[in-house]
Amino acid sequence: MIDVHNLVVQYGQTKILNNLNMQVKRNESCAIIGPSGCGKTTLLYQLAGLRKPNEGKIIINGTTLTDIRDKTGVILQNYGLLPWKTVWDNAGLGLKLRGFSKNHRDNVVKMILTELNVYQQRRQYPTQLSGGQQQRIAIARAISIEPDILLMDEPFSALDAITRESLQDLMIKLYHQKQLTIVLITHNIEEAVFLGEKIIIMHPSNGTIKKIIDNPHFGDKAFRNTTDFHKLCVEVRSEMAGRPS
Amino acid sequence: MIIRYLKQFKTIYASLFVLIIWYILHLIIKSNIIPNPFQTILVFIQLLQDDLLIHLAVSLTRIVFSIIIAVFCGGTIGLYLGMHEKYDLFFGPVIYLLFPLPKIAFLPVFMILFGLGNTSKIVLITTIIFFQILVTTRDSTKGLSREIFYSISSLGANKWQIYKHVVIPAALPKLFTALRISIGTSISVLFFAENYATTYGIGYFIMDSWTRVDYVEMFAGIIAISLLGLFIFKIIDYAERYFCKWALLEKKDSALF
Repeated sequence: MIDVHNLVVQYGQTKILNNLNMQVKRNESCAIIGPSGCGKTTLLYQLAGLRKPNEGKIIINGTTLTDIRDKTGVILQNYGLLPWKTVWDNAGLGLKLRGFSKNHRDNVVKMILTELNVYQQRRQYPTQLSGGQQQRIAIARAISIEPDILLMDEPFSALDAITRESLQDLMIKLYHQKQLTIVLITHNIEEAVFLGEKIIIMHPSNGTIKKIIDNPHFGDKAFRNTTDFHKLCVEVRSEMAGRPS
Repeated sequence: MIIRYLKQFKTIYASLFVLIIWYILHLIIKSNIIPNPFQTILVFIQLLQDDLLIHLAVSLTRIVFSIIIAVFCGGTIGLYLGMHEKYDLFFGPVIYLLFPLPKIAFLPVFMILFGLGNTSKIVLITTIIFFQILVTTRDSTKGLSREIFYSISSLGANKWQIYKHVVIPAALPKLFTALRISIGTSISVLFFAENYATTYGIGYFIMDSWTRVDYVEMFAGIIAISLLGLFIFKIIDYAERYFCKWALLEKKDSALF
């Protein structure tokens, strides 16, 4: 589905991503974890087609990515909601920009806002909502375009633990329901382990992948409470700290 | 409780306050240069039925035309420069130099270039509002975060859609503030400009009454020009409430008025 080939991204002389290779299969959830400055957000912008690489290429479904892709949904770090638009207009913006009719937009937005439990807030502005509600709107906007790929950059990092877990559960539900391929950027180990079927650990400084861990338990909401979950967290933590587990 | 009443009737309360101060000054100074406010209001109402309304309408038209031209030109250039750094690098210093110039000094030049009639007056007021709008819209656009552009681009927005959904709405609250600031100056400048080569306009009316030593009429003119300013301010308030509901929500908790 997503095939990254020898990707090089550099700002000036500094190589942010250096010959990076990775694959994500269809309907796979891939969590990319690493400390600040490791290049993970740069990688996400590349996958979204927001920036062009200096070298290498990204192939999605057999086509080389050169621009924004119609079927890719993106959720950025600070949710990316427009403060001057109501919840309703924010959620329908992706459809509007893609030229869908008002009728179609209204139906889809109503359905998704109801599904994500924020239909009551449809006339409010983002500043009137809690962080968790804002994130639900950002998710609504991203999935309204019926994406096959969903890219997320630290989507839940600003939320309290309970809200974060309920949104992580929501993502698992949406993943199953919509058959999504997910790439999630995070610096939170528990989040990477819970939401990553494949956990990619970035090298802290040289712009490459340090290790890829497969997580066979992914997809079960109860996974969070098992010892396997904690074992995997320990493994990821050790890898990130550079120690063998 | 009192605060709620003050909020509801703020314009009436403020007018009463000014009238009382005016009346006290009238009593203290005991000169006909400060006439009795109540007598002045009566004369003002009488004059409205005469030709004061025409003077007001002429001044209002001059200001409204200037605002429309300045918002359109200043806004467009401001947004464009805010989005295109390399042009801003080139024009920025020029704007920086021209912005603080007292434009009123150019009135004679404008009168020679654009004639003695309406055009020179409108051009003068337009230049004053233009720079204020240009600078604020440019700076507000420059202040937008990269993420917000990435976010809208990732939704597939083209250049025009980025302007429509992000750049213009983000600049609107600042544009209204810039308008409020520049309207005060514009009215003063209009007053000055209307002293030359015209027989219509509220500035002319005031100075004409003054030369006729009719201080009551002169003050009726001052009431008229103040109401003109208030009227334009209220229109800007309503426009802001309509277009920038979101920005006012953010301010609501912190400001009383």
